[in-house]
Amino acid sequence: MELVINGELIHVPDHIRTIADLLVHFQLNQKIAIVEVNAHIVQKQEYETTALCNGDRVEIVHFVGGG
Amino acid sequence: MMLKIGPYEFQSRLLLGTGKYPNLDIQKEAVEVSGAEILTFAVRRMNIFAPDQPNFLEQLDLTKYKLLPNTAGAKTAEEAVRIARLAKASGLCDMIKVEVIGCDKTLLPDPVETLKATEMLLEEGFIVLPYTSDDVVLAKRLQELGCHAIMPGASPIGSGQGIINPLNLSFIIEQATVPVIVDAGIGSPADAALAMELGADGVLLNTAVAGAADPVKMAKAMKLAIEAGRLGYQAGRIPKKRYATASSPMEGMSIV
Repeated sequence: MELVINGELIHVPDHIRTIADLLVHFQLNQKIAIVEVNAHIVQKQEYETTALCNGDRVEIVHFVGGG
Repeated sequence: MMLKIGPYEFQSRLLLGTGKYPNLDIQKEAVEVSGAEILTFAVRRMNIFAPDQPNFLEQLDLTKYKLLPNTAGAKTAEEAVRIARLAKASGLCDMIKVEVIGCDKTLLPDPVETLKATEMLLEEGFIVLPYTSDDVVLAKRLQELGCHAIMPGASPIGSGQGIINPLNLSFIIEQATVPVIVDAGIGSPADAALAMELGADGVLLNTAVAGAADPVKMAKAMKLAIEAGRLGYQAGRIPKKRYATASSPMEGMSIV
C-alpha cells in the first residue's frame, strides 16, 4: 500500500496493517515518537489496533533540540 | 524558596534550551553543569529512514528533568495547539511553552494568537507557559486566563542583546501573580543576573550557552549568575545616589 509519511509518498509492504507494524518496519518502535494519522493523534495503546489504509497521511514526529 | 510552576517545584531557576550545541557530548555536559531541571525541546518530523540517528532526549535520564516542549514553528493558535497535543501524546510531559511567532525577521511573538493558544491549552489541562513580548498588559491578560507562568522576552530570540527594556520587565514582575521567567535574548551572565535582580523567578536561555565558545563553562557561569542575581534581589540593593558617600568613617581624621 502507499502512505504519505511526513509529506512523502512511500510504498510499504503489504504485511503492514497497523501503526505498530509500520513502526517495526522502519525500526522506530523503540524510539520516542508520536504518530498522527489523517490529522488525528494516535495514542500509544492504540498502535496495535489502528489499521492503516491506502493513501493515509501519517505524521511521525519526535522531540528535537530547541529553545 | 523553590520555583513553583503549576504542581511542580524546582530548585534551579535556570531553564535551558537544547538547540544548536556543537555536539551531543558537549550538550550533555553543559546540561549537567547548568543544574537546570527544566529543558525545552521542539517537536519536528522524524527522519524515518535514519532510525539510528542519535537523539538527545533519548539519552537523558528523564527522572531528573521536566520537559518543556515548545510550539515553535506555529504561526497560529491552532497550529500551536496541534503541536502541544502531539508533545503531550508522548506521555512524557504536560507542560508547554506557547510560542507563536508573528514576524519572521524579529521572531517576536504574535500576541493575539499567543493569547488564544494559551486559553485553548489551559482548557485542555496543560501547564501553560506562554512566551510573550515584554508588554505589561498582555502579561496581565495571560495571567487572568490562568497561565502557570509568564515568559517575557528580554530581546529577540537568539540575538544576545540582553534586557532591552528593564522597566517593562520590572512592571511585569511587580504585577505578576504567577512566576515570571525571562525568556529569549539573554547574551551573557550579566544579563541573566540582571533579570534575576529585577525580581524574575527564573531565566530561560539557549543560544547564550549553546553558542558560547565554551558552552560547558558558560552553563556554569549562567547557573552562578542566576543564583547571584536571585540572592541580590532578596538581599535588596542600595538605592542609587547622585553623589558619593564615604565608606570610611569621618571621625579620627586628624592623623592626616
